[in-house]
Amino acid sequence: MASIEAKTGPMTHSRLPQRGLSRHARLALVWLALAAVPFVVPNAYWISLANLALINLVLIASLNLLMGYGGQISLAHAGFFGLGAYASGILNVRYGVPPWAGLPAAAVVAGLGALLIGIPALRLRGHYLAMATLGWNAILVVFFTQLVGFTGGPNGLLGVEPFSIFGHALDTEAKAFPLAWAVAFFVMLAISNLLASRIGRSIRAVATNELGAQSLGIDSFRTKLAVFVLSAGMAGIAGSLYVHINQYASPETFGIAPSIMLLVMVAIGGAGTFYGPMLGALIYTAVPQILLDYEDAELMLFGLGLLVVLILFPRGLAGIPAALTGLVRRRRA
Amino acid sequence: MNTPRRTDDLLEVENLTCRFAGVTAVDDLSFRVKAGEIKAVIGPNGAGKSTLFNMIAGVTRPTDGTIKFDGARIDRLPTHARARRGIARTFQNLQIFREMSVLENVMVGRHLRGRTTTLSGLLHLPSVGAEERAMEAAAMALLERFGLAAKAHAPAGSLAFGQMKVLELARALASEPRLLLLDEPAAGLPHAEADKMAETIRDLNRDGMTVLLVEHNMRMVMSLSHDILVLNNGRRIAEGTAEDVRRHPEVLSAYLGEEAADA
Amino acid sequence: MQTTTALLQVLSSGIGTGAVYALVALGFNVVFKSTGAMNFAQGEWVVMGGMVTALLIGTFSSVGLAVVAAVVLVGVVGLLSERLTVQPLKRPDALVITLVTIGLSIVSRSLVMLVLGKKPVGYAGFSGNTALSFGGVSIQSQTLWIIAITLAFLVVMHAFFERTILGKALRAAAADREAAAIVGVNVGSTVLLSFGIAALAGALAGAIVTPLTLASYDQGAIFGFKGFSAAMLGGLGSLPGAVVGGLALGLLEAFGSFYISSDFKDAIAFAVLLLILFVRPSGLLGRADIVKV
Ligand SMILES: Nc1ncnc2c1ncn2[C@@H]1O[C@H](COP(=O)(O)OP(=O)(O)OP(=O)(O)O)[C@@H](O)[C@H]1O
Ligand SMILES: [Mg+2]
Repeated sequence: MASIEAKTGPMTHSRLPQRGLSRHARLALVWLALAAVPFVVPNAYWISLANLALINLVLIASLNLLMGYGGQISLAHAGFFGLGAYASGILNVRYGVPPWAGLPAAAVVAGLGALLIGIPALRLRGHYLAMATLGWNAILVVFFTQLVGFTGGPNGLLGVEPFSIFGHALDTEAKAFPLAWAVAFFVMLAISNLLASRIGRSIRAVATNELGAQSLGIDSFRTKLAVFVLSAGMAGIAGSLYVHINQYASPETFGIAPSIMLLVMVAIGGAGTFYGPMLGALIYTAVPQILLDYEDAELMLFGLGLLVVLILFPRGLAGIPAALTGLVRRRRA
Repeated sequence: MNTPRRTDDLLEVENLTCRFAGVTAVDDLSFRVKAGEIKAVIGPNGAGKSTLFNMIAGVTRPTDGTIKFDGARIDRLPTHARARRGIARTFQNLQIFREMSVLENVMVGRHLRGRTTTLSGLLHLPSVGAEERAMEAAAMALLERFGLAAKAHAPAGSLAFGQMKVLELARALASEPRLLLLDEPAAGLPHAEADKMAETIRDLNRDGMTVLLVEHNMRMVMSLSHDILVLNNGRRIAEGTAEDVRRHPEVLSAYLGEEAADA
Repeated sequence: MQTTTALLQVLSSGIGTGAVYALVALGFNVVFKSTGAMNFAQGEWVVMGGMVTALLIGTFSSVGLAVVAAVVLVGVVGLLSERLTVQPLKRPDALVITLVTIGLSIVSRSLVMLVLGKKPVGYAGFSGNTALSFGGVSIQSQTLWIIAITLAFLVVMHAFFERTILGKALRAAAADREAAAIVGVNVGSTVLLSFGIAALAGALAGAIVTPLTLASYDQGAIFGFKGFSAAMLGGLGSLPGAVVGGLALGLLEAFGSFYISSDFKDAIAFAVLLLILFVRPSGLLGRADIVKV
């Protein structure tokens, strides 16, 4: 009898955002708490870190949608982030398009960038998306660096305008915070909504057992493509936020190294958990600051920390409570 | 095979062939399944039964031949499109969503009955919430019917083997299919559970479900099936009622001979 | 005439680079075969190979000895890496191992930086910095060394996989973990072995290419990336695939930068790579998996 089971394994034990206190209420509470950040931190530098953390959250949460729930690995997430940043930034600097129009444009351009590579790569089973996106990010970086006339090349894109509301420019960290805060909220809300619908279930089903999902009428190719494009589109939104808050962008921010780091942060936070990316974003933003004092040892400490977490908590930091209760239970038994 | 088309044929398989490197798993096979009947496909291990199922469901591409469902050709359609037309199946090797809850497994089975799109899902339009509640209720009803309601929120991977088989059946039914393909639904089940499975299939059929069944449990096949197709080496060696098949000399030698050797 | 000479020149440098990529790809493939993971630490071992050789040349005063010692040393680093980070994993699935190798690569890179310094290092070619001239085509002697040493290593590897019990066990475990375990293969030790071989191959690549490129602690990612691309191009997990993929990538880059633009060298190579993958998803020499249901 045939006995080889299909192993199109999921990335993790993906779970729906919990019930109980409704998921909307839960998210709203968390965001209300976050709104206090600018009032409790000591200075503007900290607010700039908070803004960065929120942008990173959009990146990591959208990658988590693809990886933790959709079971697909993208190594071009920073590249899509860059597509969004350059799309929005170039439209603004070279064509005078206001940032508010650049924001949706960034999502569309990054989404198209994903569509282009996703259509051929996702028709195939296996690791092809990971490989294809790795190559794709490399190509994108070459374009970011070499198309000097548009992107400003290695020197970066200068003179990007900030967002403005009723003619009032959001040109300080404190003024930009509410925007980053709101955009991150809507992205998290959208992800939560999607996961709680039949589409979210089909995304997880395809990741868990593609054949089983197809046999129930789910078009696995379109499902994977949709999540991939959506996730890239969200990275594009993060890119637009980044370029207009920073008023600058340069190619190294969007290379393969950050793409790999984002992947790691999804895992560290807890792939396939809704709030795990918040931990991932916090660590991604804070660790370079904390380790700054250690200069040359910074990388070493970071790498070691990473290994320790991966070995001790393969489900990520969000999985620690579960891991601990499991441990206690085993001790008792 | 040029038997005239009967209007009540739900599935028509004509000259179907499937060759793998070196093996002809299914060889120029033609048969029909009438709406409302239980048809069994039996044959020794490696006869080509699962390959036949996989071709009907769209997992394996036929080398040659045609498959019609409800009068229309489906042999070029991808798996999910065939499911959309009303073909649901279970697998010889369970293909459940182990990391998802039992309830969610069945809700995924109801996917085709939903309308939520990616966009409406992202925005959580009012219709989405209503659809979710309806789907959950329908899935829960199925779980109750199959005695799995108590396990609704457990991960599907934590179920006992027999429960997983039942879950896979419930999941397939959730889409309200017109043709149910069951690949060895009783394999590996203890007697009592196998009998219960047979009873379930009979009930489904009584409510109008057309069933194509692959099964090694002869007691179950003989008692359930209106019509039996016997395969050996990918070819049909007999077709007819339980009585016809039981007496067929080639069946005795090819199939039952092997059973005797097994014992 | 002029163009033929130029063409041959480009060809030879492409083959030289390609041979190095082939070695890196081989290391990548061995680990992929045994674990299903992408090994992000592969490139760091290349850098280590070059930098450790540079360090040892002073002590050994013989290039040959220094290379051998460095390669063996890095091989041991590979074995240690597996024991310390992969072996303790509770659920060693491909994704977790991939993430662990990312951590490994960071730690390895900073280790190299802290111990061996940030300055690029180099040493003369194995026959000095000489160039040989073949009818107007001038080829660096080190390029010939690279080709010869790569060939020799491939022959040894081939013999290892085909002839030795250990090599066969490794292949069996790669083909089917469970079946191999049933017939008594220690699957855990095959993973260990694959990390050792991968580190050896990487270090060798680094040791022989450094005379042409210098070695610096921050080059690992590029090497790993190139090796990974070559492995994909040839067919993941295939030994001949690594060779074909490495050469193809080396030639692609050489001709791409010659005919089009060296600024877009990488983009051209990757664009072709993606095109090939979409036409032949399993790579030039790879085979698609069959799943039975
Ligand atoms: N993907 C495949 N590639 C190659 N050969 C295959 C493949 N799938 C099935 N076969 C071969 O086709 C033949 C028929 O297999 P199939 O699984 O259809 O038999 P079966 O009647 O379902 O047997 P069982 O009762 O054991 O389930 C066997 O010889 C099998 O080895
Ligand atoms: Mg079968």
